[in-house]
Amino acid sequence: MGILSQLLSVIPISLEQGFAYALVALGILVSFRILAFPDLTVDGSFALGGAVAARLIIAGYHPLVGIIMAIICGFLAGTATGFLNTKLKINSLLAGILVMTILYSVNLRVMGRANIPLLTVKTIFTPFEEMQISRYIPIIIFFFLVTFASKIILDLFFRTQIGMAMRATGDNEQMIITLGVNTDRITVLGLGISNALIALSGALIAQDQGFSDAGMGIGMIVAGLASIIIGEALIRKKSVGWLTFAAVTGSVVYRLFISIGLRLGLAPTDLKMATGLMVIIALGLPAIRKEKEGKLHLRGV
Amino acid sequence: MIKIKNVEKVFNRNTVNEKRAIDNLSLEITKGEFVTIIGSNGAGKTTLLNLIAGTYIPDKGKIIIDDEDITTLPEYKRAKYLGRIFQDPLMGTAGSMTIEENLAMAELRGKRRGLGWGVKKSKRSFYRELLKSLGLGLEERLSDPVFLLSGGQRQSITLLMATLSMPKLLLLDEHTTSLDPKTAQKVIELTDKIVKENKLTTIMVTHNMQQAISYGNRMIMLHEGKIKFDVSGDEKQKLTVEEVVKKFGTELTDETLLSASVSR
Ligand SMILES: Nc1ncnc2c1ncn2[C@@H]1O[C@H](COP(=O)(O)OP(=O)(O)OP(=O)(O)O)[C@@H](O)[C@H]1O
Ligand SMILES: [Mg+2]
Repeated sequence: MGILSQLLSVIPISLEQGFAYALVALGILVSFRILAFPDLTVDGSFALGGAVAARLIIAGYHPLVGIIMAIICGFLAGTATGFLNTKLKINSLLAGILVMTILYSVNLRVMGRANIPLLTVKTIFTPFEEMQISRYIPIIIFFFLVTFASKIILDLFFRTQIGMAMRATGDNEQMIITLGVNTDRITVLGLGISNALIALSGALIAQDQGFSDAGMGIGMIVAGLASIIIGEALIRKKSVGWLTFAAVTGSVVYRLFISIGLRLGLAPTDLKMATGLMVIIALGLPAIRKEKEGKLHLRGV
Repeated sequence: MIKIKNVEKVFNRNTVNEKRAIDNLSLEITKGEFVTIIGSNGAGKTTLLNLIAGTYIPDKGKIIIDDEDITTLPEYKRAKYLGRIFQDPLMGTAGSMTIEENLAMAELRGKRRGLGWGVKKSKRSFYRELLKSLGLGLEERLSDPVFLLSGGQRQSITLLMATLSMPKLLLLDEHTTSLDPKTAQKVIELTDKIVKENKLTTIMVTHNMQQAISYGNRMIMLHEGKIKFDVSGDEKQKLTVEEVVKKFGTELTDETLLSASVSR
């Protein structure tokens, strides 16, 4: 029974983190899956979200202001990558890496130092902490609501005229160009939306964990990819609503794996390696099995 | 309707691979004409369509549609004038999207897209009617993703999509070549029907000389980026494959062209 109750005890933390990081998975879904754009801005825009929110909160602004500004800055970071790729014709991978690298300096400037503690200031979570119940319950509900609201908004967006043009851009760019869509503009917009979601995640997670750190985005892209891959392995339906649902589910399951791994003795320092290996296996398996489908279809690489 | 004036396109200029794909070519097509284009591999047929569509910008010359100079207009901005179908049946539709989503996107060709619903429920019966006209039973499959369909079915939908917004000019590049003979025949007949019913100005590239002669009211033969032969009206009606082969046999080294004549 000992080990079972130990394993059960990881469920609350997995749900909390799973829903919190699901926003990153949704963002990566928009860039990698919908737009077929391998956007590596992620690690930078996640930390950017945390940095902007933390800086504004300790400057005395309402946490909501910090969160909204984080979303806007994330959006701008995504559009920057989009511009580098579509206007300056820089390779998509390189464009993301460049912005991510630049953001590292930007984030340090924004924060004024490498780390801002938020434990003693009023954050979006302060009201929950003051409740007389286990802190997990309201926080899990909060992240669940934010994540599912984002999922629903994305689902609705992808059924609009612009949203459908975005899906077509990733699916068959030549076709949607011949239908009169400026796919450069659509790509920039999509990357903006993607990184806005990721920065929102960074802003919320910084407040949840009680600090913002310049290095908090490292490995975020691989973790997000792992979530998407797990989600798609569990849920095979391919319509947009199911894809977003799979990303959220995948994120929760991924965090569950991680938490169980840690309980079973996986060293926290080996976490990123384990995640990386997981993604390599998932992406490499089709090649070993000589399957064609299942391979990530990406533009410009 | 469309005027192509002294257009030139050279690939890999000043290298050993320099290729004059279109060589000082001029061509005027009037409203309602259905032009078929033949020519052997590398004659410049696809390049000509690419120049009209804006995939490439010409090195020299002008392209004018209805008095508007579109020579350097970006590809997506020309979409409002053009419908285009490629040889590859996968290229005309978005496979992960449903039939009705593809049709709805085509209906918005060249129009401003906003945050309104992409597929309007009120349009469904119209889409069903359209699909019914194909006679492929697709009217019951509006919300199936397109990747489930066969090449011929996809190409037929592409044809509907290309004509849905009544383009000023329809560009077809060997759009039946990669289909099996029976399906190809169906798609070409459907093309002819749609073009005639809607009086669409059309340029159709084909490798099949019989097709080039039987369909359309004008035929152009391209060779090394130049127009070698241009017939229309009665003269075109009376044309036979044998005649063309006799006249241009030396330039028509292409297998499909010759096999088309032999199989007759
Ligand atoms: N993007 C390109 N870069 C370099 N050369 C090209 C390019 N596109 C076409 N060419 C060359 O231009 C010439 C004309 O090509 P094009 O594709 O127009 O021929 P085509 O008449 O369509 O032939 P096919 O019947 O084989 O389709 C060929 O020699 C081709 O190799
Ligand atoms: Mg060609």
